Amino acid sequence: MGSRSSHAARIPDVDSIQRETGFSQASLLRLYHRFRALDRNDKGYLSRVDLQQIGALAVNPLGDRIIDSFFPDGSLQLDFPGFVRVLARFRPVDDGDHGNRDPKEPEPLNSRMNKLRFAFQLYDLDRDGKISRHEMLQVLRLMVGVQVTEEQLESIADRTVQEADEDGDGAVSFLEFAKSLEKMNIEQKMSIRFLK
Amino acid sequence: MDGAELAGKIVYTWLTLVLGFILLPSAFGVSLGISELYMKILVKTLEWATLRIEKGVSKESVLKNSASVGIIQRDESPMEKGLSGLRGRDFELSDVFYFSKKGLEAIVEDEVTQRFSSEELVSWNLLTRTNVNFQYISPKLTMVWVLGVIVRYCVLLPLRVTLAFIGISFLVIGTTLVGQLPESSLKNRLSELVHLTCCRICVRALSGTIHYHNKQYRPQKGGICVANHTSPIDVLILTTDGCYAMVGQVHGGLMGIIQRAMVKACPHVWFERSEMKDRHLVTKRLREHIADKKKLPILIFPEGTCINNTSVMMFKKGSFEIGGTIYPVAIKYNPQFGDAFWNSSKYNMVSYLLRVMTSWAIVCDVWYMPPMTREEGEDAVQFANRVKSAIAIQGGLTELPWDGGLKRAKVKDTFKEQQQKNYSKMIVGNGSLNSELD
Repeated sequence: MGSRSSHAARIPDVDSIQRETGFSQASLLRLYHRFRALDRNDKGYLSRVDLQQIGALAVNPLGDRIIDSFFPDGSLQLDFPGFVRVLARFRPVDDGDHGNRDPKEPEPLNSRMNKLRFAFQLYDLDRDGKISRHEMLQVLRLMVGVQVTEEQLESIADRTVQEADEDGDGAVSFLEFAKSLEKMNIEQKMSIRFLK
Repeated sequence: MDGAELAGKIVYTWLTLVLGFILLPSAFGVSLGISELYMKILVKTLEWATLRIEKGVSKESVLKNSASVGIIQRDESPMEKGLSGLRGRDFELSDVFYFSKKGLEAIVEDEVTQRFSSEELVSWNLLTRTNVNFQYISPKLTMVWVLGVIVRYCVLLPLRVTLAFIGISFLVIGTTLVGQLPESSLKNRLSELVHLTCCRICVRALSGTIHYHNKQYRPQKGGICVANHTSPIDVLILTTDGCYAMVGQVHGGLMGIIQRAMVKACPHVWFERSEMKDRHLVTKRLREHIADKKKLPILIFPEGTCINNTSVMMFKKGSFEIGGTIYPVAIKYNPQFGDAFWNSSKYNMVSYLLRVMTSWAIVCDVWYMPPMTREEGEDAVQFANRVKSAIAIQGGLTELPWDGGLKRAKVKDTFKEQQQKNYSKMIVGNGSLNSELD
């Protein structure tokens, strides 16, 4: 029996994580419990298999790509700070941030740009900063499975790349991607409402 | 010498007390009211503790208890609404947003993983193991807690272990003896008596308080009894009120001895591990069993694994293909007094039993439900779902379409294909679909 703060203290580096991600202590505590619950064999970190066993994620057509975003650069172990860092991108944007943000400080993880970067990474598998037609096709194929023919898919991919591509290099760079979505309410579509 | 004599005397008095107050009444199905008294005191103590905790908490900021409130607020809009973008309904770069949001939501909170860990309590029940979020309140509460620990570990645990030991030995010896008799109605009656007595003893060993509802729907001979599964104790709870034929794999060790003894006295259906894989063989043997109207009803748990008693997961269709009348039974434990859920990946059988025996008590409700049969034009899966819904509604549990086997295995690809189909229809579907949405 201890007081609540001693529970939060169980999380290593909780203060720096809080500053980096902007989650409240209560949310961090709940996410820590979730992290521990997903860690089936109490390893202290998550592996790909732990995430793949979530039923609702395994049936998601982009499930594998989402799992990839948690394991950048080919790493095989996901620790709690890494886990929370990715989730922080889906935090709703705080209105207070825009006014008094220090320009020297790094952009908060849940800014519009960072949300867009997350989505961009789902397409850009080889991390070259551009979505090629081939990469577009791959993502489309993931989302439709075997339901659509190759020709239909190619025409959709061609059309999409053409519409977004401004400098005519046949691929969609991050800036072109952001521009084509400037009217979209990213803040709402890429945010998960964390309860206090 | 004196020490040994004293110890001998203590054990002797102890055993006589146990015999007089617990064993004999169990044999006759009579209750002396000791358990009821214990439960009353327990309930009063826990209520007092709850009040103290609430008083203590209200002094500071109100902490929303994490049990009832989830981590995130989900947007349950269907795919069509979630994906409608700026233009008509062709593929857009932003479509990934919907899937990635859903994926991240699943990572933070999903319906299934939480069912494989014990239910969180609304208010602390003075057991250390459930003290997840609760604070230190006052010295009085701590004292009560310490007293509780002493009572549970030093008084109740030895008593329960003794009873369990006696119960199991009696079962093995009794069934072996009864098994020697030739087939007759006397044998059946004696075997019932032995089973019931031993089960009652074992239930006392867990300080179990069971309320049976709708006893008029108790499963009849030649039928199949179907229930939701939370722990091995489910079997004990059901057999205290009636005799069933069990179905299961032959185990080794203590379980194996019990199984072999039981099958001598009355026909249970035990399978070798290799036979379990052959579904036709299993179905055939079960069909033969229920065809004989004199044999006891079969007891089956169609979920196939232990779930934490907050929900009912997919019922495997095998049991519903056999035919015959299904008698559904809903079992709901009260988590305030003790957690009955067996998390087999976390605890083995022995540590699980120890945890159960050091809880306050096992309190549960059992509802017998009117029998159901497969209707015309209904296949086994639909029938299984119908029974599942009925049990979920009766027991106050939520219903999930997921397979309990997800505890160990990955989900089937057919579910992913369904999502892909829905999405494909949207982006490649005919013009009429677009105009409907606009």
